[in-house]
Amino acid sequence: MTDLTRLTLAAARAGLKAKEFTSSELTGAYLNAIEVGNPKLNAYVAVTGEQAQAQAKASDAKLAAGQGGPLEGIPLGIKDLFGTKGVHTQAASHILNDFKPEYESSVTSNLWRDGAVMLGKLNMDEFAMGSSNETSYYGPVINPWRANNSNAQLVPGGSSGGSAAAVSAWLCAAATATDTGGSIRQPAALTGTVGIKPTYGRCSRWGVVAFASSLDQAGPIARTVEDAAIMMTSMSGFDPKDSTSVDLAVPDFAAAVERGVKGLVIGIPREYRMDGMPAEIEALWQQGIAWLKAEGATVRDISLPHTKYALPAYYIVAPAEASSNLARYDGVKYGLRDTGKDITDLYELTRAHGFGREVKRRIMIGTYVLSAGYYDAYYVQAQKVRTLIKRDFEIVFNDGVDAILTPATPSAAFGIGDEDMKADPVKMYLNDVFTVTVNMAGLPGIAVPAGKDGAGLPLGLQLIGKPFDEETLFAAGRVIERSANIDFSPDKWW
Amino acid sequence: MSVDAATVKRIGRLARIRIEEGEVAKYQDELNAILGFVEQLGEVDVTGVEPMTSVTPMKLRQREDKVTDGGYPDKIVANAPLTEDNFFMVPKVVE
Repeated sequence: MTDLTRLTLAAARAGLKAKEFTSSELTGAYLNAIEVGNPKLNAYVAVTGEQAQAQAKASDAKLAAGQGGPLEGIPLGIKDLFGTKGVHTQAASHILNDFKPEYESSVTSNLWRDGAVMLGKLNMDEFAMGSSNETSYYGPVINPWRANNSNAQLVPGGSSGGSAAAVSAWLCAAATATDTGGSIRQPAALTGTVGIKPTYGRCSRWGVVAFASSLDQAGPIARTVEDAAIMMTSMSGFDPKDSTSVDLAVPDFAAAVERGVKGLVIGIPREYRMDGMPAEIEALWQQGIAWLKAEGATVRDISLPHTKYALPAYYIVAPAEASSNLARYDGVKYGLRDTGKDITDLYELTRAHGFGREVKRRIMIGTYVLSAGYYDAYYVQAQKVRTLIKRDFEIVFNDGVDAILTPATPSAAFGIGDEDMKADPVKMYLNDVFTVTVNMAGLPGIAVPAGKDGAGLPLGLQLIGKPFDEETLFAAGRVIERSANIDFSPDKWW
Repeated sequence: MSVDAATVKRIGRLARIRIEEGEVAKYQDELNAILGFVEQLGEVDVTGVEPMTSVTPMKLRQREDKVTDGGYPDKIVANAPLTEDNFFMVPKVVE
């Protein structure tokens, strides 16, 4: 029998419908793969085997009767940021010690409504703050990919490192993830998987642990563009419980995947050609341009003049919002509690011990830029720059550009414990230099694996779309996937 | 702008995060590295630019002002480290 875990989500769905195998068999195969692989990869922080088996059994009954939703019986991994009723939900932080919510997030509710099976909760950077999955309280996730002739452990990217690693290593059919500055697209690029951050407002944020509310969006990581589109359709939708959720009909995204790029205008922003960018990334970008042209797209040079200011503006806006959102972790309502001589002691000690270093650093920055006397100089200035970043995109879209092609990351996966990045937090932040503009402008962005570097590690390209035009991203992403025609399967060592 | 040791301690107090004496220098270096990085925003001409308040062109929805949820205090306190009669318990704050 073929290894069921190697099937794409679309193929698994077809197999279930044709009764070639059952969801119980498929789920069992994934649970076995997790048992073998997770001790090495550390992608899951909690495995919900019994629950998964029960959900699979219920799906099998529906499938046998010729019923079931669009994801009926499909086993998924869920990022630890999503509230899952009665199940480990800690944002990979110690401060949410033992937290098991009494509610289910809207996005995961949508997935269960459509018949999906939950395998467990996926590791991530603590509170989604990081680009390497090294800030997790549960330890780093190991990238299933290794450089040619090397046993060195690499990071899977972050913050959705567990989601990306689990999808790449066949430990789930697809996964939920979230993206505040690149946390879906950067790990997808570093693991040879597909990740899309939809337009702000497309997915409900209700029940998802908040990091920076004006930037956070949920989205899927999957093995193919088609799989990502199937996931996106189920995850999306209006939710009255999220005040920024947009009341728009959800298209059948999968129907757009084979639409092609004939007649589309693709913008190539000159500001994304960074100093010191590796030649391999530049070559991949040129290759992507050639593929889109060959399929009938028109390519146009464009300018997004405020690009270089997106990352510094992000490092004011995101920590500011985080310092406010994370004020709720006080040792009183849930999670960890350290006792002291009085209530201030209780707060200060709980937060000192419960938050990791990166989270504390960001809360401190956020507190500083919002404090009296600095608010206008930092926060208001950053929000004005954000207006300009968004305007840059509006101008090119109004000029007839349908989507924008850029590299997804400035490099392939790097080593765990990278000394340079440890010494200087800004070096780690630069990982998001190509992705963060999209969050600042609220736009959709997809990362698609497109090539490999000299060491055999995957590299991705990013497409940025107009608000609520994820369909064009799926269509253009599929052209890149099809043109590259590379098998992005890591050599199994775990 | 850069922060000194006293400012690091003050931010720690505002953020309700205990900063031990031995940690101050490292935080100071890291915060100054980040503040140095964001300094470049000062060179952007923002004359007449409104600060962003909503990334999508939308009005926040309003609903009728009535209670639509609740009535389950036991669930609210279910994850609390210390409770009594569905109240959160904290050290004495009023003498």
